[in-house]
Amino acid sequence: MSITLRVGIDVGGTNTDAVVLDDDDRVLAAAKRPTSADVTEGLRAALDAVLAELPEPHLEKRVKRVMLGTTHATNAILERRALGRVAVLRLGAPATTSVPPLSEWPDDLRDTVAAGTAIVRGGHFVDGREIAPLDVDAVRKFVATTPADAIAVTGVFSPASADQENRIAEIIRAEIGDVPVSLSHEIGSLGLLERENATVLNAALYGVARDVTAALREALEARGLEVETYFAQNDGTLMAVDYAARYPVLTIGSGPANSLRGAAYLSGVTDAIVADVGGTSTDLGVLVGGFPRESAAAVEIGGVATNFRMPDILSIALGGGTIVGAEPRSVGYRIGTEALVFGGTTPTMTDAAVAAGRGTVGTRPVPEEWHERLAGAVRAADEAVADAVDRVALGRADRPLVAVGGGAFLLADQVPGAREVIRPAHAEVANAVGAAIALASGRIETIVPASGGGSSRARLIDNAKEEAAARAVAAGADPATVQIVELSEIPLSYLSEPAVRLHVKAAGPLARQAG
Amino acid sequence: MVKAPRMQARITLEDVAALARGCAVLGTGGGGDVRPGAIAARRAIREHGDVPLVTLDELPGDALVLPLSGIGAPTVSNEMVHGEDEPVRIAEEIERIFGRPPAAVMSSEIGGGNGVAPVAWAARLGLPLLDADAMGRAFPEVQMVSMYVAGIPANLVVMSDVVGNVVTIRPVDGLWSEQIARAVCVAAGSSALMADYVLTARECAGAVIEGTVTRAIAVGRATEGAADPLAALTAELGAVRLITGKLADLERRTTGGFARGTATVEGTGDDRGRTLTLEIQNENLVAVEDGRVRAMVPDLITVVDSQTATAIQTEGLRYGQRVTVLAWPCDPLWRTPKGLETAGPRAFGYDLDYLPVEKIA
Repeated sequence: MSITLRVGIDVGGTNTDAVVLDDDDRVLAAAKRPTSADVTEGLRAALDAVLAELPEPHLEKRVKRVMLGTTHATNAILERRALGRVAVLRLGAPATTSVPPLSEWPDDLRDTVAAGTAIVRGGHFVDGREIAPLDVDAVRKFVATTPADAIAVTGVFSPASADQENRIAEIIRAEIGDVPVSLSHEIGSLGLLERENATVLNAALYGVARDVTAALREALEARGLEVETYFAQNDGTLMAVDYAARYPVLTIGSGPANSLRGAAYLSGVTDAIVADVGGTSTDLGVLVGGFPRESAAAVEIGGVATNFRMPDILSIALGGGTIVGAEPRSVGYRIGTEALVFGGTTPTMTDAAVAAGRGTVGTRPVPEEWHERLAGAVRAADEAVADAVDRVALGRADRPLVAVGGGAFLLADQVPGAREVIRPAHAEVANAVGAAIALASGRIETIVPASGGGSSRARLIDNAKEEAAARAVAAGADPATVQIVELSEIPLSYLSEPAVRLHVKAAGPLARQAG
Repeated sequence: MVKAPRMQARITLEDVAALARGCAVLGTGGGGDVRPGAIAARRAIREHGDVPLVTLDELPGDALVLPLSGIGAPTVSNEMVHGEDEPVRIAEEIERIFGRPPAAVMSSEIGGGNGVAPVAWAARLGLPLLDADAMGRAFPEVQMVSMYVAGIPANLVVMSDVVGNVVTIRPVDGLWSEQIARAVCVAAGSSALMADYVLTARECAGAVIEGTVTRAIAVGRATEGAADPLAALTAELGAVRLITGKLADLERRTTGGFARGTATVEGTGDDRGRTLTLEIQNENLVAVEDGRVRAMVPDLITVVDSQTATAIQTEGLRYGQRVTVLAWPCDPLWRTPKGLETAGPRAFGYDLDYLPVEKIA
């Protein structure tokens, strides 16, 4: 029997973690390396390290898939680096002109990204009628006179009526050929300005996506590996590399989702509170049915408001490197020299946890004179964790708390508000495990008649389900096992016919590989 | 520390964030999201310049004041954002009707999004904004305005939509005004700009609530850089701190087009052992502790984040939030018999005799 292996890599702010899993999702090897300034170098180091950890060297050739959760895109936006120039086209005039595209962007980011903006006549009303017929001539003129690396197209109510955006893509192809185009209905949900922002960011990131894909391919080829690569996205699911190349903005924020999904897999529970304790902070999230609970609030990326659904995460200033008496400061990666247990002079939460008997870390015991003060720090930390657990638990105290991350030993064995504390094996690399075991998914948001809407409602909901499933398959899911995992309706007011916003998400395991 | 009243002659780019924060506080949980209005206001100021803020006595007696508000579904107006020209078309129609152009724009409702967006409309029209509104807070129904309480007839409504349609309604009363305006709004794609109760500066005296824009900005500024934002906000509002604690229960129901609900706040710290319940209908209307009412509409009740003193709207309430409930007196206009009949507890279906917050809190 020939086994195949896969590698999960998660690039975090401090560390890049990597794991190798077999067909039965058993962890065969794990490694942790510091994240490098250029991200790629640390990624390569972690990949090398984890492959070196394999029990038998020949197993390396069995690696057939690599799943990557990375901060490349986030860093590119935060640092205004390697971003493409985008022609920003909105379909909506005479509506929407009171707030032109990119109005609230930080000046330097707008200067870096914007090749030009235009609002042309077009777009739809909430009920599907056209606000104005699409001004095709204006579209042609704009794209012809605005040289750009990519084009972002956002039509009013396109998540419900996508035809105008799709026509624009055809016009652009006919007009100027092979320039990448981001269509907003494929990127985000209702809320014009936020969806437009996300669509423009997506278009600006095509080059970054090409670079990271090339760097990864090069690193894999250097090791003689022939693999399929996947990227993790913000909801804890995967997309195939050619899909990620079209939707690079979706890779932003995959870290917390990976860690939540990894915690679910490693602990075997699907409904839990997850605490990921790192070097500078503890991130708490909630697993519902195996997926991260999503935040209701809008997400800002590099000073730009988007309407991405990110995991609902509460961060508190508690990490292994957190300096006792100087919170929220952390010694970060210098913990190996500065902490008391490593012979340093800085009291950290790692020292406090060791003094409290919660773990054995370091090269020497905690000096006696520190014990009283560190005990106080542990009590304060326990209270902060209990308070945070209560905040994210929304009143339920019957779920377990899964402790993951390199600093998980900081947490007490009993946490008020949690039924029990579970510490799964390989908890320190749960995020990389999460990337490796993730499903592929697709989602769609549209407007359908409220209940009582008759056969057209049923047909529209079926269409939305089919489209979500098709998007999941395009992202890499096996068509035979993809299922609808989420379906929600939000009522709309002030309409002639009662209607709802329909949100559908489909997900499934990756399609089997040939051979 | 007592702050000297700030002379607010114009609204600048830097004032918009403070105005938005203040409008959210005055929204008493409702009034809609302040962010879209703030984005439009900043954009309009960049494009057209600062907006002069005028008081009633700075306007000639026959100057026309144009109260403007957006109506429709927030989901729609956040997607089909307003065009630039809706306020222009309304102003042109007003000029056709009255034979002279409006002299100032006024917010119909200072609480929530309709408190901020008029800055954008005034900037677009090149008109000053009147330092006043028709509520001094947020209310859910169109007749709950100071002009109605003052006995001014609701006999003219002008609406404009995103494609350029202008509709003039001459309703027989406020009820019809609401019904026809709503039908027009639906036909226009569920979002429109509306002017009602167009009146002269002379008629405004006693029929609008003055100073509310300045007040909203001052409320928003109070927490800026404050060491204790909550104390700063409480002092600026002259509010009573009803309770500081944790949101322990939240029951929501949607009936009759209103988001109704009951929120329960359990005290923490000094307030441990106490429990306050809030009755909600779009806005926070009644606060009860141990069966005793501690504040009720039309007095203002707002839930804020205990740490940042940021107002939390009713749809943003979540279990576990650390909140403080503040209450403070409404404008005296609402405490008159007609005011209480229009927007007192019984107007919202509560069998309560109104008692001022400063007597019962």
